[in-house]
Amino acid sequence: MRKKSDRYVPLILLAPALLLVVGVIIYPICHAISLSFQYYKLTDFANRRFVGLQNYVAIWQNEAFIASLGNTVKWVVITVSFQLLLGLGLAMLLNTPFHGRGIVRSITLMPWVTPGVVIALMWVWIYNGNFGILNKCLISLGLLDQGIPWLGSDKTALYSQIVTMVWQGLPFFAIMILAALQVIPSDLYEAAEISGAGSWQKFIYITLPQIMPTIVTTCMLRIIWVFNNVEVLYLMTGGGPGHSSMTVSLIAYIRAQKSLDFGQGSTIAIYGTLFMIAFMAIYLKFTRGGDYE
Amino acid sequence: MKRKKQLRKAILYLPLSVLICFVMFPYIWTFLTSIKPTDELYTTSIKILPQAATLENYSTLFFNTDFFASMLQSIWIAATTSCISMVVSSMAAYAFARYDFPGKPIALSGILLLYMFPGCLYLTPLFVSFNKLKLIGSPAALVISYCTFTIPFSIWLLTSYIKGIPIELEESGKIDGASVPQLLYFIVAPLLKPGLIATGTYVFINSWNEYLFAVMFTTSENRTLPISLASLVGEYDLRWDIISAGAVAAMVPVVIMFMLVQKNLVAGLTAGSVKG
Repeated sequence: MRKKSDRYVPLILLAPALLLVVGVIIYPICHAISLSFQYYKLTDFANRRFVGLQNYVAIWQNEAFIASLGNTVKWVVITVSFQLLLGLGLAMLLNTPFHGRGIVRSITLMPWVTPGVVIALMWVWIYNGNFGILNKCLISLGLLDQGIPWLGSDKTALYSQIVTMVWQGLPFFAIMILAALQVIPSDLYEAAEISGAGSWQKFIYITLPQIMPTIVTTCMLRIIWVFNNVEVLYLMTGGGPGHSSMTVSLIAYIRAQKSLDFGQGSTIAIYGTLFMIAFMAIYLKFTRGGDYE
Repeated sequence: MKRKKQLRKAILYLPLSVLICFVMFPYIWTFLTSIKPTDELYTTSIKILPQAATLENYSTLFFNTDFFASMLQSIWIAATTSCISMVVSSMAAYAFARYDFPGKPIALSGILLLYMFPGCLYLTPLFVSFNKLKLIGSPAALVISYCTFTIPFSIWLLTSYIKGIPIELEESGKIDGASVPQLLYFIVAPLLKPGLIATGTYVFINSWNEYLFAVMFTTSENRTLPISLASLVGEYDLRWDIISAGAVAAMVPVVIMFMLVQKNLVAGLTAGSVKG
């Protein structure tokens, strides 16, 4: 009797979450797929109709979308690489004991919880062409003759925003790697020291292999996160000047939010999701062996 | 020997200070901008510190704009999202942590997968549905849409917290004849409190910060804090002193909240990923 009723307990516990997930996640995803096969513009609502694969084909003629593909690769690869390198450095530094380590650790985590709007505004002001502190410093150091409009030039806009994004994600990387560093058994290092290993050798042969699973997981999380991020780009340049800082996620958002073209907006969002699923499939294939060992 | 020690210290402190400066600089600069009078901003010479510090920008912000009203709106929406997510997710997390049922591994990895889906995928279908339900402009639209990212994340995090609670207490409770609701309320909830507070705060912070859904689902009367902050740029064009004051005011509450729970939150997050 008791056993039988116990079988329903997990179902009852899961029911509210399941209902919400189906209602606000699964159903909208299905709806997005259906929207992507329609001509569906809020500005031309009466003419909405099923158009088959037309959105999926037409998008390859779109200049902004084509430009966004290359930008997205740069945006994700450069951002995550620098986040990893600087995050690893910061984690190693925070792993050595010094006075005020706790405070330093809390402070460095701040960008992680700072609102995206605040991040964008802070950096827009720093990058300001005429009165921004960055230009003022570079001019007074004699590195520049006149200020560069960092976000207003198609040569620098994307890279300037990559710096902002590195700044935003560095702490998360550092804290994940730090947690992994702290669980490395210290006898591994002692054994290495007895056999005469130097700091560099200890790093390569002990530290790195031990923290590798964390690095791989965190990289994957960050790649997806940076790929999906729209807020910073949308608020700092909106993809401009031209399409020089347009990414796939950003163009999907702009299509839906500004042009009110829900059909194409959904199509691009689905392309973006498919790119990420393909990426994750490859990632899982390469890491599966290591994970269960 | 002493010189070597000093050298070691320099090797530690030099890059550390550079990195900390990089992380802290935007905050410091924004704060300094926010307490400067307008005419000190638009000069070509560098003056790091304000010559005549003022709080006028903050009073303009709170008394002459809708900033404060949108702050209240944000508190209300973030708190509601947080409560709903915690109740729903902790129940589901308990099922995942303590019971075996068919499809559990698929459900668990499916939840993580859902968390990875881009927000812009939900945007259009949710708009169409909210429009049909006449919810555009109501706080409910934001609370519901925030559940798309808060629920998967909270379930995942709370599952790892519950797994960290020793099961023996629940077993002895069961022997004493406690029902499942009693177990949850009297035994699990008190032990889960630090985890619930950390997760709830994180959900609160994320809802407070959210901008992209809010642009789409609010009207000018009930906009949330990030929206009214972003719109300061257009309304007070080139008044970076007021915009900076807004940035500081929008950030201070969440940074304080985060500092209070960060130890528990980081422990929960890293436990999930480091162990596998």
